[in-house]
Amino acid sequence: MSTLSLAARDCSTMLRRNLLHARRYPSLTLNLLLTPVMLLLLFVYIFGDVMSAGMGGGGADRSEYIAYVVPGILLMTIGSTVIGAAVSVSTDMSEGIIARFRTMAIYRGSVLIGHVVGSVLQSIASVVLVGAVAVAIGFRSTDATALEWLAAFGLLSLFALALTWIAVGMGMASPNAEAASNSAMPLILLPLISSAFTPIEAMPGWFQPIAQYQPFTPAIETLRGLLLGTEIGYNGWLAVAWSIALAALGYRWSTASFHRDPK
Amino acid sequence: MTNLAIAANGLRKSYGDKTVLDGIDLAVPEGTVFSLLGPNGAGKTTAVKILSTLVTPDAGDLRVAGHDLATHPQAVRAAIGVTGQFSAVDGLITGEENMLLLADLHRLSRREGRRVTAELLERFDLVEAASKPAATYSGGMKRRLDIAMTLVGNPRIIFLDEPTTGLDPRSRHNMWQIIRELVSDGVTVFLTTQYLEEADQLADRIAVLDDGRIAAEGTAAELKRLIPGGHVRLRFTDPAAYRSATLALPRVTRDDEALTLQIPSDGSQRELRSLLDRLESAGIEADELTVHTPDLDDVFFALTGGSTRIPEQTDRPDRTGRTGQTGQTKENVR
Repeated sequence: MSTLSLAARDCSTMLRRNLLHARRYPSLTLNLLLTPVMLLLLFVYIFGDVMSAGMGGGGADRSEYIAYVVPGILLMTIGSTVIGAAVSVSTDMSEGIIARFRTMAIYRGSVLIGHVVGSVLQSIASVVLVGAVAVAIGFRSTDATALEWLAAFGLLSLFALALTWIAVGMGMASPNAEAASNSAMPLILLPLISSAFTPIEAMPGWFQPIAQYQPFTPAIETLRGLLLGTEIGYNGWLAVAWSIALAALGYRWSTASFHRDPK
Repeated sequence: MTNLAIAANGLRKSYGDKTVLDGIDLAVPEGTVFSLLGPNGAGKTTAVKILSTLVTPDAGDLRVAGHDLATHPQAVRAAIGVTGQFSAVDGLITGEENMLLLADLHRLSRREGRRVTAELLERFDLVEAASKPAATYSGGMKRRLDIAMTLVGNPRIIFLDEPTTGLDPRSRHNMWQIIRELVSDGVTVFLTTQYLEEADQLADRIAVLDDGRIAAEGTAAELKRLIPGGHVRLRFTDPAAYRSATLALPRVTRDDEALTLQIPSDGSQRELRSLLDRLESAGIEADELTVHTPDLDDVFFALTGGSTRIPEQTDRPDRTGRTGQTGQTKENVR
């Protein structure tokens, strides 16, 4: 077998191990799913009337706000799920089994790649679950074509890949699971200061640029455009650029930490 | 000369300004058991971590399985198996899944992986526990699973870092049996331990590591001869016999309370005969005679105390002219 196919084989072995962990101990993943689902229900059923009234001159009803908030919630689901990746990488690195992997003639990158691919698959599963809740409470795409659905799926996957690599880097840099969970917290807080819940124009002027150009807003606006037909503009490219940059940064950071001598 | 499985020259490692290994040399021939013995913090684990490619040394010419550690770490990894001090099993999955994971990583076919797994689980008495998560295993079971996982790839050189620390006596003896079986299959074993008895039982050669340096190296018997302390002890119940013995024998150390005498002796047949002749001619009969050879404990304390350092190994007595005191038995009671 070639080096590449051996590397692929090791990665898929590591992926199987991580999926086995996730299947055996789903509580972490499910706990992390609660946050976006709760926020979805909270904003739609508790704050929904006020939020709708505050938007677009006050004419909107609750169903319009559902449409507005769901793309942001879907991306927030990814931010929430990758906290699990930070925690599990940090926990895993403290285990003796990792030392064993390091002394074996396997493809070294496979340990982290297994984690990343596993976490991306979990993110996609979580997005599907939260999406199903959204549909159950009345979310409908207006006019998305098959191609737009595919692009939406691609965007969500790419964004999940980017955030997962960053979260894995955070997990590698953290001494324990609690620290990993804390340092990955911004990934679920960032959507709160994006266009997920309220339009950027409704925010204080000095804050608007921050909200406008942080990674979540372009991704949310792009997803909105794909599913609901709103204007995407430069947000599409910005979302892709952010994702690639974050993925590359997280990849470099994580692998550099992994190649350092263990303590 | 046989090939060396492990060869280290001038191995150095320090963390910050703390020197952990201060230029040690090691030579382990293929198919032998080498034991690195030392107190806590002596640098044993660091040595294992470096030789098993886990940690990069600061300096040193290191070869494992004939491959240079610095330039061909993957070739070294392909030849070795490591069981570290802390269990290297995945606690979240079952024992059997752990084994199959290792089989996959060694790129065995599915069928071969199942065969090896079943065989090793059987050999290490883990069949019953195979479908339980490894986190629920007892300490001894975890160690067995750990070694079983190490053996999946059929390594020719195995590093065992304190494999019996924390095990109960039965598990410890089981582990020794496992190690002996490995050696009989021709595997080279590099063993660290803080149990002198363990090194004595298993190792062909022992190096005593103290404060980052090799304080002494040799077979168990050679190390024991490095330090004084061998003696014959005579115990009496009759005070009169005790008194006449103190007069009849030279160089005795008396213990009047216990009515015992200690006579320095290397335990050789010649010295014993001369001692017995003296007793015989004085018409003295001791109630008990024991020969005490220095055990590794004596060596260990003498070598690792810091102040009482034995002069270098040129001191090592030659191996001829000695009777069969192999050093295996600690006390020979008449």
